[in-house]
Amino acid sequence: MPGYLPPEKRSPLQQLGDILWGVYTQLRTIVMIFSHTFRKRDVIPYPEVKPYMPPRYRGRIVLTRDPDGDERCVACNLCAVACPVGCISLQKTERPEDGRWYPEWFRINFSRCIFCGLCEEACPTTAIQLTPDYELAEYKRQSLVYEKEDLLISGTGKYPDYNFYRVAGMSIEGKPKGAAEKESAPVDIKSLLP
Amino acid sequence: MLDWFNAHPHLVDSLIESVKAIVVLLVTVVVAAWMIWLERRLLGLWQDRYGPNRVGPFGLGQVIADMIKIFFKEDWIPPFVDKLTFIVAPAIAMGLMLLMFALVPVTPTWGVAHINVGLLVFLALAGLEVYAVMLGGWASNSKYSLLGGLRVTAQTVSYEVFMGISLMGIVMLAGSFDLRHIVEYQAANGWNIIPQFFGFCAFVTAAIAVVHRTPFDLPEAESELAAGFHTEYSGMKFGMFFVGEYVGIVLVSAITTVLFFGGWSGPGVESHAWLAFPWFAFKCLCFMSGFILLRASLPRPRYDQMMAAGWKVCLPLSLINLLGTAAVVVAGAHGA
Ligand code: SF4
Ligand code: SF4
Repeated sequence: MPGYLPPEKRSPLQQLGDILWGVYTQLRTIVMIFSHTFRKRDVIPYPEVKPYMPPRYRGRIVLTRDPDGDERCVACNLCAVACPVGCISLQKTERPEDGRWYPEWFRINFSRCIFCGLCEEACPTTAIQLTPDYELAEYKRQSLVYEKEDLLISGTGKYPDYNFYRVAGMSIEGKPKGAAEKESAPVDIKSLLP
Repeated sequence: MLDWFNAHPHLVDSLIESVKAIVVLLVTVVVAAWMIWLERRLLGLWQDRYGPNRVGPFGLGQVIADMIKIFFKEDWIPPFVDKLTFIVAPAIAMGLMLLMFALVPVTPTWGVAHINVGLLVFLALAGLEVYAVMLGGWASNSKYSLLGGLRVTAQTVSYEVFMGISLMGIVMLAGSFDLRHIVEYQAANGWNIIPQFFGFCAFVTAAIAVVHRTPFDLPEAESELAAGFHTEYSGMKFGMFFVGEYVGIVLVSAITTVLFFGGWSGPGVESHAWLAFPWFAFKCLCFMSGFILLRASLPRPRYDQMMAAGWKVCLPLSLINLLGTAAVVVAGAHGA
């Protein structure tokens, strides 16, 4: 600071001014703090009043179903690979009637999950989704390991119209190759006809 | 039974007085305990949050919950401390505060001790207060505690002098060291806050320093000394230091009320004697809230700043106040 003098080098008048200024600033602080008596509180009394959570909030993870009510998850394991903490594990199996893949069991350990949402990003079928529910507290750590029954919901979640098997080329019983939406019929490489 | 009472009127009187004394001191301790709740709620209010509001109505039960908790905590004495001093220090802290409260004239008829040099006794006991903290810090045998104890001595030498001097103006005006007399003088001649404004400023500064409240909580400065002099304390001994501090706030509020704001006097007290206590309690409550407001707003000064403020600002201020009051009193005496 140009022209600044340490207190002991200032003239007595300046020192008196310093003191008065100091007293003034302290009183001003007190008045300002007191004015907070009439201010709206910044916090909400939580369990009674719940905060608003935007729909894309990353909370409790669910497994959704497609519009037809079938499980969306095809047990591709991409979420388990993407998960940075490795808290997803699942086992693939096949439905005998149409050959659709689905997880035999699906397990998320929420005591490890960091709610990063990478599993949701990785999922090709929009099966795994994060929801705005954040109230996951449990008394026992073991209760935080969610099985498939706990994860699977009956609705479609954030993507109401998406149905993986209808748009993907994977053939299942009742939907041969080329029958998916916007999919052209497979090319017969053995034929010479155009 | 009744005959016996009639035969010993003095005994009955002293019995009544003892009961009164116990009631006053008990109420003080209870009020001090609830003040912890008041402080937390008010700090919450001024920081735009709620503070404890769960246990009981408005969170009033929080104090009881805290008390139960602190009673059940292990009362641990570290092996390296000086045992006797370590145990005695919190008792001194709390005991002295209560002893000082004994001097406060609560209403015309209530009050524990009526001493005609009450103000002097108050100053003397306030001087002794430093021992609790000093001994606690020293007996703890840990560097943080010792630093806290050292600081309290340094703090004491800076405020003790001008605290006494700042009150002498009142003594001159009222012509007495008797706290009751001072209140009666104010009831007749108006509150001391107006003629003794500078004395009031200096005294409040000193009063905060006596009870080690923020901004003058140098001995316990959490951010730099862990908890200062009571770092090594736990359980009920810590609780006694803690409640002692709050008794201290109630005490200095009461003393400020008595010395500068007319004690129990107020509109309507002459005709309705029962109004005396509500007035006293209301004034005390205002000061207690005021001290909390100070804690909410002011940062802790540096060690040397505190001393400089004491010696270079407050001491001259109270001396000028003393001389001015003396001049006015002498002029008045000559004029009459
Ligand atoms: S949100 Fe992140 S941490 Fe949690 S399961 Fe998905 S990928 Fe793993
Ligand atoms: S949830 Fe999605 S990414 Fe994970 S296995 Fe099922 S389909 Fe694959």
